[in-house]
Amino acid sequence: MSDAIIKTEHLRFAYAAEGGLSPVVLDGVDLEIEEGSFVAVLGHNGSGKSTLAKHMNAILLPTGGKVYVDGMDTCEDADLLDIRRTVGMVFQNPDNQIVANVVEEDVAFAPENLGVPPAEIRKRVDDALAMVGMSEYAAHAPHLLSGGQKQRIAIAGVIAMRPRCVVLDEPTAMLDPIGRDEVLKTIRLLNREYGMTVVLITHHMDEAAQADRLVVMAKGKVIADGSPRQVFQRVEELRAVGLTVPETVELCWELRREGLDVPLDAISDEECAQALYQILK
Amino acid sequence: MEPIIQTEKLCHTYSAGTPFERFALVDVDFTAYRGEYLGIIGHTGSGKSTLIQHLNGLLKPTSGRVLFEGQDIWESKERTRQTRFQVGLVFQYPEYQLFEETVYKDIAFGPKNMKLDDGEIDRRVRQSAEFVGLGPEILEQSPFELSGGQKRRVAIAGVIAMEPSVLILDEPTAGLDPVGVSDILRNIHDYHVAKNATIIIVSHSMEEVARTVDRLVVVDDARIPFSGTPREVFAHEEELVAMGLGVPQVTRVFHRLRRLGVDVDDTVYTMEQAKAAFLDVLKRKGAV
Repeated sequence: MSDAIIKTEHLRFAYAAEGGLSPVVLDGVDLEIEEGSFVAVLGHNGSGKSTLAKHMNAILLPTGGKVYVDGMDTCEDADLLDIRRTVGMVFQNPDNQIVANVVEEDVAFAPENLGVPPAEIRKRVDDALAMVGMSEYAAHAPHLLSGGQKQRIAIAGVIAMRPRCVVLDEPTAMLDPIGRDEVLKTIRLLNREYGMTVVLITHHMDEAAQADRLVVMAKGKVIADGSPRQVFQRVEELRAVGLTVPETVELCWELRREGLDVPLDAISDEECAQALYQILK
Repeated sequence: MEPIIQTEKLCHTYSAGTPFERFALVDVDFTAYRGEYLGIIGHTGSGKSTLIQHLNGLLKPTSGRVLFEGQDIWESKERTRQTRFQVGLVFQYPEYQLFEETVYKDIAFGPKNMKLDDGEIDRRVRQSAEFVGLGPEILEQSPFELSGGQKRRVAIAGVIAMEPSVLILDEPTAGLDPVGVSDILRNIHDYHVAKNATIIIVSHSMEEVARTVDRLVVVDDARIPFSGTPREVFAHEEELVAMGLGVPQVTRVFHRLRRLGVDVDDTVYTMEQAKAAFLDVLKRKGAV
């Protein structure tokens, strides 16, 4: 596929261990992320999903195989800046990602480092804050914001670099339900309204269900890849690797075991209620 | 049921008398009963963290009283100190509070403060490590070499080692994957059963509290608007949603089913209940 913005080929990775065998974290991952898509990568702790994410903008380099970002080999030092401009990363803890005392200065940090002219920085900061719905907080102090707001500032800081792809590594793990909702809405907006490629690393099933495509990792390998509807039907396989499915799917699956003909692709509350209603008719 | 901790007209005001004055708790009457498994739910800023910090005397009421086994915990210095040993509090992300050189020393910190003898400290360290599923080989390691999930268990073991009769945990499963969540919940349940301890668990996850607790207390806007069994509390779907909370997903599905005109028990909140309720509808229709 020529329109893959990120491509991994037989990607293998092991952390360097002191004089011993180091465990293999990624064990032959072949993946293509299409430009403009919204892909969720799901896996339990230690499945390799965060390590995979860190390969997507050359924070980590493969110990075997290749990673290409927009056709550039991440092992090529000369392309490093272009790779990081193409793919931006957002991490789990918003407090570790905010550097300035004023929201708009924080968002301006990366474009300043990239040597963007001041007038252009102004425009990018304003645009980025508007995209995450935080314009009115431009002059606020980040430490007084809620977790969800801080994480949106971190996202704004990344999109001010105008990347074509954003990789988010468990961005909602430390947030409350309201904060999670804010961040998820922002992510969907970036993808749908602004056409940005989004890779969301998560272990929340309800978040993964919102993506176009779901990649499931276990023991350093991709074990399932498809639409959320297709992947969630594999209830037993997901459970075997320490994952769950949404309660809607689980309920339908339980009823199927009782011999009822319930579809397994009813993910939302409404779809599930309708599916059950059909059985009763 | 015999109350173990109560608050009477508890008020707490942060930064009183300044422009930043904020009423975090207003006239709160709260009761936890001996041996119960209680859930506290409320969104960020509702006052739930302020409430639990009063239960072991970390915060002093602006007005009102906190009673442990019927006695005011602020009655005397000794009373306050004893309450802190009896009511164990595990904060959110407790793994950031580990500080000792070895896991053993970290878990032993609380019992040492209680001035127990070495034999008793040793017994408690080993037993609480076992409760949270940490093998003896881990005790001599540095806590900083462990995985995130293991660190959290060390922190919980450190509180359990004081053998509190009430164990309060603020979001003990935050940030863990499904396996980590069920492991920690099982550890807490084991402690509950073994010591007949009262457990108070603060959570954002309705599915999680639905599976574990006997009773739920809802905190919203510095007050307790309602409490009761999960069944009773989850009947208030609209109010809970307005508070930024919600009800478990199966409950939402069954509320919808009922709105579609199906005569189904929509007070279900666990998978087993949902399945049984649906099969019951089919049976009544004579379809199965």
